[in-house]
Amino acid sequence: MKQSLFEIIENRPLTDSVMLMRLKGDTSDITGPGQFVNIKLDGLFLRRPISVCDCQGDVLTLIYKVVGKGTEVMKNMTCGKLDILTGLGNGYDMTKCGNSVLVIGGGVGVPPMYMLARLLREEGKKVTAILGFNTKAEIFYEEEFKALGCETLVATADGSYGTKGFVTDAMKDLSYDYFYTCGPEPMLKAVYNATPVSGQFSFEERMGCGFGACMGCSCKTLYGNKRICKEGPVLEKEEIIWEK
Amino acid sequence: MGKVNTKVDLLGIELDNPIIPASGTFGYGYEFAELYDINILGTFSFKGTTKDPRFGNPTPRIAECPAGMINAVGLQNPGVEKVVEEELPRLAKCFNKKVMANVGGFSVDEYVYTAKKLDACDQVGWLEINISCPNVHGGGVNFGSYPDSAAEIIAAVKKEVKKPVIAKLSPNVTDIVAIAKAVEAAGADGISLINTLLGMRINLNTRKPIIANKMGGFSGSAILPVAVRMVYQVANAVSIPVIGMGGVTTAEDVLELMMAGATAVEVGAANLIDPYASRDIVLDLPRVMEKYRINDINEIIGGCK
Ligand SMILES: Cc1cc2nc3c(=O)[nH]c(=O)nc-3n(C[C@H](O)[C@H](O)[C@H](O)COP(=O)(O)OP(=O)(O)OC[C@H]3O[C@@H](n4cnc5c(N)ncnc54)[C@H](O)[C@@H]3O)c2cc1C
Ligand SMILES: Cc1cc2nc3c(=O)[nH]c(=O)nc-3n(C[C@H](O)[C@H](O)[C@H](O)COP(=O)(O)O)c2cc1C
Ligand code: FES
Repeated sequence: MKQSLFEIIENRPLTDSVMLMRLKGDTSDITGPGQFVNIKLDGLFLRRPISVCDCQGDVLTLIYKVVGKGTEVMKNMTCGKLDILTGLGNGYDMTKCGNSVLVIGGGVGVPPMYMLARLLREEGKKVTAILGFNTKAEIFYEEEFKALGCETLVATADGSYGTKGFVTDAMKDLSYDYFYTCGPEPMLKAVYNATPVSGQFSFEERMGCGFGACMGCSCKTLYGNKRICKEGPVLEKEEIIWEK
Repeated sequence: MGKVNTKVDLLGIELDNPIIPASGTFGYGYEFAELYDINILGTFSFKGTTKDPRFGNPTPRIAECPAGMINAVGLQNPGVEKVVEEELPRLAKCFNKKVMANVGGFSVDEYVYTAKKLDACDQVGWLEINISCPNVHGGGVNFGSYPDSAAEIIAAVKKEVKKPVIAKLSPNVTDIVAIAKAVEAAGADGISLINTLLGMRINLNTRKPIIANKMGGFSGSAILPVAVRMVYQVANAVSIPVIGMGGVTTAEDVLELMMAGATAVEVGAANLIDPYASRDIVLDLPRVMEKYRINDINEIIGGCK
C-alpha cells in the first residue's frame, strides 16, 4: 500500500450518472487488475473505495457512478490533487485461467474487468466480455472492450440494446474454460449459479480503512474469515459462502 | 527541536512519548509496521481479544458520520490462544516495546481467563480491560454501564494478574465519575476513556439502519469535546493515572486531553483514515509543545483548572 497525491488530468461523463477520471501519480503499488484505491475527499470522514479500471505508466483510470456525497464531490472536480491509498486488495489471479476466458461486468462492476481483459489479451488469450446494464442509456465502454480484441456482448435488463435480460442470459451458449466477474451481489450470485465452470468474483463491502486495520469489511468463506479489503475483494468460486 | 521532553511514565513503564494507537484501529500492529517503524510510538493497544475466536457482527458494520464513523465490528478477533501463539510472535519481529493488551469478554470468567493468558506474555506491559461488553448472563446489559458490574470485573481480573490493570470506560453512562471511582476502589491501576458513543444512522432510501446490527459505536474527531469533558471529570475525581482518547487527530488534541488530566493519549479512528496519523502526531508533538512553550510534557498533565 502507498499513500500519495494524484493529480486529476481528466474527469468527464460517460453516461448521465457515470464518470471517468484519469489521474497522474505514483502507481508503483498497483500490482494487478482487480485491486482498488481509497480516496480522501475534503469534508468527508471516510475514504471512498473505487476499483482500478486501468493503470498504465503513471496514469490511473477510474470509472465511478455518482450515488452520494463523495462521488458528487468527485464529479465536480476539474483539476487539483487527491490523497489516494493505492495497491489495496488482492486483485484477480491471472495464473488460474486457461486460454478461453469470460469476463463479466455489471454496471460499475465493468471498470475492473477492463484492465483484466487488456492484460489477458496481451497474454494472447481469447477473451469474451459480457457487459450488463439496465438500459441502453447506461451503457459505457463497449467500444473499448472491442478495441482490445474481445468478443463483446451487451445485455440490458429492459432489452433496449443487445441481449434482453441479465448477463446470465448472454452467457448461455458460450464456451469458455474460466471466468472473472464483478458487479452487484445479486448478479454475482446469478453468475455463480449459472455455470459449472470455475472463476473469480469481486465483492463490495462498507469499509472503515480499506487496508486491513479495522475489521469492518470481513466476510466468512470456506477458507476462513477474510477481509474484503485485504484478502479480497476477489474470492474464488470454491470458497464463497452466500449469506445475504 | 529535540529539546523538549515527551517522555511520560505509564504505571511504571516509561513511554518515549504519550501517543498510543487505540484498540481496534491498529490491528496487531504489523499492517502499520509495513508502512513505518512503529517503534516511534509510545506503545499501542492491540485489537480487543476474547477467550474464543469471534467473527463479530454481520455486515454492513461501518457507517460514515459528519466528522466521524460508526462501527459495529463486534470484537472480531482470533481468540486469545491464537493471539499468544501467532499474533504476538509476529509483532515481536517489528515492535520491541511493551504492548498494551486489550481484553474483552462476555462473562467475568471469560475476562479473567483472557487477562491471565495475556498477563503471562513478556511482550505485554499493561492489560486494558474493555468493560463495554454485554454481559451474556446479565440480560446483555454492558458491564461498564453500572458501577457494581464494572467493579466486579476489575476486582476479579486484578486478583489473578500481576501487570497493571487499566479499566477502559464506556461514555454511555449517566455518571462517569461514579464508574471511575468504583473501578478505582476495585483495584484498577489506571483508567482509560472514552470508548465509542452509541450511535445510529438510517438510509433514507431504504428507511432502514445502515448498520446490520442497527446501532454501533460512534468515534472520530466529532467526539473530542465529549472526551475532554469526561477525562477532566474523571481525572479530578480519582488518584490513579488516566489515559485519554476520543477524536484525537492532531498533536494539539493530545495537549488538550493531557491538560484535561490524561497521562497518555490514544488515537483511534484517525489511523483508519490516514495510516500515518499516529506517527505524524508523534513527529509533530515537539513543534506544538514549543509553540505553547512547554518544555516537559509532564508539566501540563491536569494543568487545566
Ligand atoms: C472494493 C470496492 C470497489 C469499488 N469500485 C467501484 C468502482 O469502480 N466504481 C464505482 O462507481 N463504485 C465502486 N465501488 C462503490 C463505491 O465505493 C461507492 O459507490 C462509493 O463509496 C459511494 O460513495 P458516496 O459518498 O458517493 O455515497 P454515500 O452513500 O454518500 O456514502 C456513504 C458511505 O457509504 C459508503 N458506500 C456507499 N455505497 C457503497 C458501496 N456500494 N460499497 C462500499 N461502500 C459504499 C461510502 O464509501 C461512504 O463511506 C466500489 C466499492 C468497493 C468496496
Ligand atoms: C473500528 C473500531 C474498532 C474498535 N475496536 C475496539 C476494541 O476492540 N476494543 C476497545 O476497547 N475499543 C475499540 N474501539 C474503540 C477505540 O479504541 C476508541 O476508544 C474509540 O474509537 C474513541 O477514539 P477515536 O475517536 O480516536 O476513534 C474501536 C474503535 C473503532 C473505530
Ligand atoms: S475496511 Fe478496514 S479491515 Fe477492511
